[in-house]
This record gives sequence, C-alpha cells and structure tokens, in this order.
Amino acid sequence: MAKVLVVTSGKGGVGKTTSTAALGGALAQQGQKVVVVDFDVGLRNLDLIMGAERRVVFDLINVTQGVAKLSQALIRDKRLENLWLLPASQTRDKDALTEDGVRDVIAELRTKFDWVICDSPAGIERGATLAMRYADEAVVVTNPEVSSVRDADRIIGMLDSKTAKAEAGDQIKKHVLITRYDAGRAARGEMLNIDDILEILAIPLLGIVPESQDVLKASNVGCPVTLNNAASPPARAYSDAARRLGGETVAMVTPSEVRRSLMGRLLGRRAA
Amino acid sequence: MDAKVEPQRQLMRLRGRSYVAFVFSPFMPIVDWLAEIDATLSNSPGFFAGRPIVIDLAGVELSPHGIAHLVSSLESRGVRVLGLEGVEAGALDASLPPVLNGGRGCVVEQVEPRKVEVKPPPPPAPSLLLRAPVRSGQRIVFTEGDVTVLGSVGSGAEIVAGGSIHVYGALRGRAMAGINGNAAARIYCQKIEAELLAIDGYYQTAEDIGDMLRRQPAQAWLDGEVLRITPLN
Repeated sequence: MAKVLVVTSGKGGVGKTTSTAALGGALAQQGQKVVVVDFDVGLRNLDLIMGAERRVVFDLINVTQGVAKLSQALIRDKRLENLWLLPASQTRDKDALTEDGVRDVIAELRTKFDWVICDSPAGIERGATLAMRYADEAVVVTNPEVSSVRDADRIIGMLDSKTAKAEAGDQIKKHVLITRYDAGRAARGEMLNIDDILEILAIPLLGIVPESQDVLKASNVGCPVTLNNAASPPARAYSDAARRLGGETVAMVTPSEVRRSLMGRLLGRRAA
Repeated sequence: MDAKVEPQRQLMRLRGRSYVAFVFSPFMPIVDWLAEIDATLSNSPGFFAGRPIVIDLAGVELSPHGIAHLVSSLESRGVRVLGLEGVEAGALDASLPPVLNGGRGCVVEQVEPRKVEVKPPPPPAPSLLLRAPVRSGQRIVFTEGDVTVLGSVGSGAEIVAGGSIHVYGALRGRAMAGINGNAAARIYCQKIEAELLAIDGYYQTAEDIGDMLRRQPAQAWLDGEVLRITPLN
C-alpha cells in the first residue's frame, strides 16, 4: 500500500528539500521503492540536491499536461536503483499546476511506488496547497526558532482543513521534524528547546536533525546526506526518522549526545 | 371602356415580434429530468398546455438522435416545443424545431405555485466547543455565545466570541470576548502568553500583560472600563 508523504513547513529555508532527499534516500536504503517529487515549480532545487540536474528532460508539469508520460519524466537515481525523482519545471510557475493534474499523477505514482514523497514549496499558496492536497501523511519541518514554529503551526492548520483527506472527514497523519538543532545554543537559551516546540505544535516528533556541515557538503556534491555519509549525525537522524515513518519504534537520540559526538568528531579532525 | 385591373402585387412583409416562452433547461440524466416534468404535470395537468416552450440544451450533451427523442418525449406529454437553444444548428436535421438565439430572460408570473414553508430558525447554540488546537492563521468567530477550546490557541490565531472564551491550554494568539457589547464576558486560559486580549472593545496587548502572569493560569475580566488580568489560582 503506497504512502504519499508531503514534506512541508510554511517558512522557506528550513530544510524541506534537504529533508525530502535525505528521507527518500534513507527509505530507499531500507529497501523501499521511493519517488521524490519536486512541487517547487519555477524554483526547483530537488534535482540539484539529488544530483540529477543534468538528466532532466521532462517534468511534473509536462506530465500533468499530458505532454509526456510519467515513465518519461521519472529519473532513476544513479546510486540506488529503487530511488526515483520526478523533477519540477524551472521555466513555469505554480499556476501551471492543476488540481486534477496533480491528482492523476499522484494516483499513478501510488501504483508504482511504496513511498511518494512530495517536496512542498514554501508559502501557503497554490504550490504548497497542491503539494499537500493528496497526501496521507505530512512531515512538518521546523527550525528551533519562533518564526518557523509559528509558520509550522499555520501549515498544520492547513493540513487539517485543506487536504483531500481532511475534506473527506479523515485525519492526515502529521509529524514534526526539527532540523538545524544546536543543543548548545538551545541550552544557552538562544534557541527554542524541543519541549517548547512540541508543546506549541502538539504533534508527534519524528526526529531531531543536528546542525551539521555534513548537510552542506552533501548538498554541494548533489547527494542526499543519508547516502553521502551514512555515518554522520544528520544522516543517522534522518535514517532513524525514516524507520519511524515505516512504523518502527526507534529510540530518539537526545541532541546533547548528538552534539557530543559531533564535537568529538570535529575535535578529532582538528587534532589529526 | 376598357378597364384593366392590374393584379395588385401583394408584397410579402416580414415583421419581427418577440414573445414570451418558457425555457426548459434539462439536466443529465434526462430520465430524471423527465421524471421531474412528470411530477409537475401530475400536480397540475395541462400546466404546459398551449404554452410555447423552448429547450435550452447548453447544460447537456445530446446527439441529434437524443434531441429528437427528448422532443418527442415532451410532445407525448402534451408539451409542444417551439424551438431549441444552446446547440449548433448544423448538427440538427430539418424535422426538429428551429434553433433560437438571442433570448433574454424575463419575469414570468405564476410560473409555479409558490410553496411557502416557514421553517423555524434553529435555536441559537449557546456555546461552541473546539476539540482540537486552534492553529496560527485560523480565525474562529462565534458571536452567539461562548467559545471553549480543548487545546492551545497558537500565536497568530484569533478567537472572537460574543460570550466568554475558555482555553484549556496555552493562549498564545488573540482572544476577543463579549464582542457584541457583553461587558460581563471573561477570558480564561491555563497558560497566558496571549498577543492580545479584549473584552467588549477594551483590550491589552502582550506588552501590557505583566511578566508575573506569563505562562500562568489566568483570567481577564472588565472592571468598569479597565481590563484586568488576574491569576486563576
């Protein structure tokens, strides 16, 4: 039974695309057949993060408009054969997306994959609402600071009212993924701590991804961080999060432990 | 005397004249629509007798055969079709009524017997219960009475109530009670971090709320013309 997952946040720059690629990579590593779908029409990034930008021929808009078949637009990952990308169009804008077109593409992807992961654009307009429209589950990405938490709260409200599931009287399953978490700064009161975020958002925690250079390095080489350096702290956090999405119970790694090991690695590297 | 009477040439004269006709707008499935017509006829037989009828086909897609069948079905019910509308003339054969266009709507009196049904308005609900948190950007307006929230009210959310507001969680957004001039309305919450509190138009913003009260259970009420915020325990 395929699951459609939307990765969303409201605010831009919190790590939606990075998280989409990393969760997609982790689920594929765990043997699932995964497609990551870029809904950021006009400002596409997922192809770069996945390292597939030079292989894009057709895109999501071409498929929704019937110009290309889905099989022509899907790009298979070079590292993992069960990981696929459906890129967005860079030359169009969000108005090119239609509700019926998105519904049909999602329905077709459901028949071919175990996981359909939709990378939502920032904002609360057409692109974001269509990305979440036909989702079964949502990963709400937030950073530990007030503006992104408030935007996440807003997006949760929309997930509960504007999705096809919500309109049918059903509940969409929601998880919060906290990214760019720096335990040291949180301890000094320079960031919201985990409990505050969970109390405000009142949805289950999927994972805590520490702030890390590994994420930046992976982006620069066009590889999901879970595939680029699977042993790195952010990759482990994403991998655990992917297991939790699959229904496994995985103990949450407390950020202080992550931080200590990260610091250890940094110090170790400096000493070497 | 010869008198020649030239036969006077009678010129054919064309005049335009407009008439009022009833327009039928069938919907799909046609069978159901015909059943509606039958129901009208059974209530008042002869309702359409002698009246000109135009069929507007813009809302349905019918083949020429389907249109012919529709016209004959109506004729068998004593409805005479004067013309058709909303369909391409070229698609029809000569046996069908002509296609009309340029019709304008007008008021026809006594189209239907009026059924006057006086429904009593539903009794006003005294309170609104929200079982989920109110999220940022959501606005709840309930001027009829109290609003109770089982959960928190997010930063950037807004609750507007004619009566009191009860929040069983943190109140981080805006709450406006007694909006219709009810000075006795109050705002209660388990944890006060509100952006704005207002009762009957008197308000305080987050800056005015004392630090001593922040994150504590509190209530807001009107003391004359002063909005007071006091701890609940």
